[in-house]
Amino acid sequence: MTNMTTETRFAQSGRESMENTAAEGYNFAYLDEQTKRMIRRGLLKAVAIPGFQVPFGGREMPLPYGWGTGGMQVTAAILAPEDILKVIDQGADDTTNAVSIRAFFERTARVATTTRSGEATIIQTRHRIPETPLKRDQMMVFQVPIPEPLRFIEPSETETATLHALGDYGVMHVKLYEDIVAHGHIATCYAYPVEVNDRYMMDPSPIPRFDNPKLHMSPALMLFGAGREKRLYALPPYTRVVSIDFEDYPFEAQRQDGVCAICGSANTYLDELIVDDRGTRHYVCSDTDYCQEHAGQQGIRA
Amino acid sequence: MDTIIKVAGISKKFVLHQQRDVTLNVLRKISFEVRAGECLVLAGRSGAGKSTLLRMLYGNYLTEIGSIQIRHDRRWLELVGASPRQIMTVRRHTLGYVSQFLRVIPRVPTLEVVMEPALLRGFSASSAKTRAETLLTRLNIPERLWSLAPGTFSGGEQQRVNIARGFMVNWPALLLDEPTASLDETNRRVVLELIEEAKSAGSALIGIFHDREARAEVASRLLNMESEEASHV
Amino acid sequence: MNPALNPTPLADETAASTLPLLRVNQLTRLFGHEKGCQDISFDLYPGEVLGLVGESGSGKSTLLSLLSGRTPPDRGSVQYRADHANWLDIYEAGEARRRQLLRTEWGFVEQNPRDGLRMSVSAGANIGERLMAQGARHYGQLRETAIHWLQQVEIDASRVDDPPRAFSGGMQQRLQIARNLVSKPRLVFMDEPTGGLDVSVQARILDLLRSLVRELDLAVILVTHDLAVARLLADRLLVMRRSRVVESGLTDQILDDPQHPYTQLLVSSVLQA
Repeated sequence: MTNMTTETRFAQSGRESMENTAAEGYNFAYLDEQTKRMIRRGLLKAVAIPGFQVPFGGREMPLPYGWGTGGMQVTAAILAPEDILKVIDQGADDTTNAVSIRAFFERTARVATTTRSGEATIIQTRHRIPETPLKRDQMMVFQVPIPEPLRFIEPSETETATLHALGDYGVMHVKLYEDIVAHGHIATCYAYPVEVNDRYMMDPSPIPRFDNPKLHMSPALMLFGAGREKRLYALPPYTRVVSIDFEDYPFEAQRQDGVCAICGSANTYLDELIVDDRGTRHYVCSDTDYCQEHAGQQGIRA
Repeated sequence: MDTIIKVAGISKKFVLHQQRDVTLNVLRKISFEVRAGECLVLAGRSGAGKSTLLRMLYGNYLTEIGSIQIRHDRRWLELVGASPRQIMTVRRHTLGYVSQFLRVIPRVPTLEVVMEPALLRGFSASSAKTRAETLLTRLNIPERLWSLAPGTFSGGEQQRVNIARGFMVNWPALLLDEPTASLDETNRRVVLELIEEAKSAGSALIGIFHDREARAEVASRLLNMESEEASHV
Repeated sequence: MNPALNPTPLADETAASTLPLLRVNQLTRLFGHEKGCQDISFDLYPGEVLGLVGESGSGKSTLLSLLSGRTPPDRGSVQYRADHANWLDIYEAGEARRRQLLRTEWGFVEQNPRDGLRMSVSAGANIGERLMAQGARHYGQLRETAIHWLQQVEIDASRVDDPPRAFSGGMQQRLQIARNLVSKPRLVFMDEPTGGLDVSVQARILDLLRSLVRELDLAVILVTHDLAVARLLADRLLVMRRSRVVESGLTDQILDDPQHPYTQLLVSSVLQA
């Protein structure tokens, strides 16, 4: 049911879950209905105030903090039986974290899963946004380690809350200024801060800054969950998302040095592999699904 | 000539709260006027309250009884009870004071110390500099010292720097506390000339001179101050 | 000093300087009997340096924090003339406005530079922060401005990329002054600005403050327990004791002819102010 609207999804995911019995003794998608409702209320608030961090009563999940507990709770809260779920870690569907979380929802919700970005209705991700352009009625769920973009310079939660309330974001540029002092250019590669809807400063989670432009005016709904810090935030579809910069050091997505050794793609985010003891480097797409598809089109067997 | 300063019935007592509230009556009911172009010399023996009177006129000591009026900005201004801000304005524009000692500010070069009163009045830096250099030259401060802070100068040099500063602008009224004390003959003459020039320029001067010759030379009038013994009340 | 800081000629009585910059009325904040400050009223004019003196615990620092918008009073008001004749009651205005004042038209020099600087970011970023908060978005210009202000406070331009951790105490204090003055404030609060420094270093900072105050026509409210500092910098003084102002007036009059028993004690307790 790929073109279900967000509203109907929020209404249905609760109602239908009882009928679809999941793993013995567990509620649909592991969390109880009241908890999922509480998280959905938080998500609605987050959608209403793009980029604003909404506190929520995070639950213990059966895996440690840092393994995506925030993202899993968001996924559990929005998941409906008809959904098709994709889970990626650093762009790959077959790494431990991705495999475990996918298996978790297969067992607790018996939902269909996929590795194809285009087929998924929900994509839970750690550290990447797929290369295949996202569509309306797809939802991204980001796993967030540190939701507070001001944390690096201001340890006090009260103070960061005040800075957000007042839109007092001078310190964000202090960080970029220091980057240029130290490296001669803006060296922040991951979790590059963005200004959302001309209002809130937001940490886009540790995606490479290569992916930042994909946040801007995205047709898909983007939801962010931080399990340890118990915060939710969101980018509704078609939200203005600007990566902060200086006039004389404008934001630019990273330049890639090579092409993918498998599919030959030159415009994707590449992982570097050292393939022998002499330090020979190869580059491959970090997005495994895109790489396979692209290789297929090129007639290459991945 | 116009009257510049009018003093009527001022008295001064010091209450020493740290010494069982001992009260010292230093001045009683002093009254006088000074006109532009004249020099009133305060006469009386040591302890008669001459320096105290100068300090009261300058607002450095508080006056509680009587009236001190000064022509400031074409109007009479009452200094007794005036706000600090009014007194600061009067000190900037109308009333100068040459004390016996230079209050040294660390690191400020001599030339700037001397120029300051003119700069505070809004003179251009170049005209202030020209005037300051002329005065320092006349008072025999060697040019090599001008760029140095006067903190390390001899007592006599510091006193002459202080005098140069005091005569930097044409004050409508100028208070002089023993400006010639301990100066050599050459410099003493220079100071007496400066006083004469100030008189001709229309300043009203009030001064203390222990040096009898100097007193005789500059005084237009004398104010005899009765000695008040410090009395316990 | 630098020619970019041309002294504004102090015209006789310009319209702006005849109006106070700050109006303080019956300001009170008490933490206990005679702890804090009470019934404080005064006007501060543009370009005026007001010293708050008194011993530890007399309420100086409480008063400074009330005046600078950091602690709301129990009663009384602080009004600031934001522009020509527009009065702003700083505690009726929201926190957003107060903070905006504190990083634009106001400055605050803390006694300990660690409280007023970001110790882990470069001197240049420390100076540039206020400008960035106001929307400056050109790295090259920010750095140029930072270098200019380093020179104003007599720090070598080559130190612009060094963090304040690598600076001496006196340099840190001068950097803090530059960080505050870069936004061209009209009013600067200073809490014992030379408190923790060696005497030789103090003299340099005092002289620097004295010339900057004059060149930039700053109004300053200065807390100090050091009467020599008060004499050098302040035009007039409020003497505080047990939460109240016991005497006020011209600095030299207070120090040379103190009237209140406490002021006499204070003045006689120092060697030579």
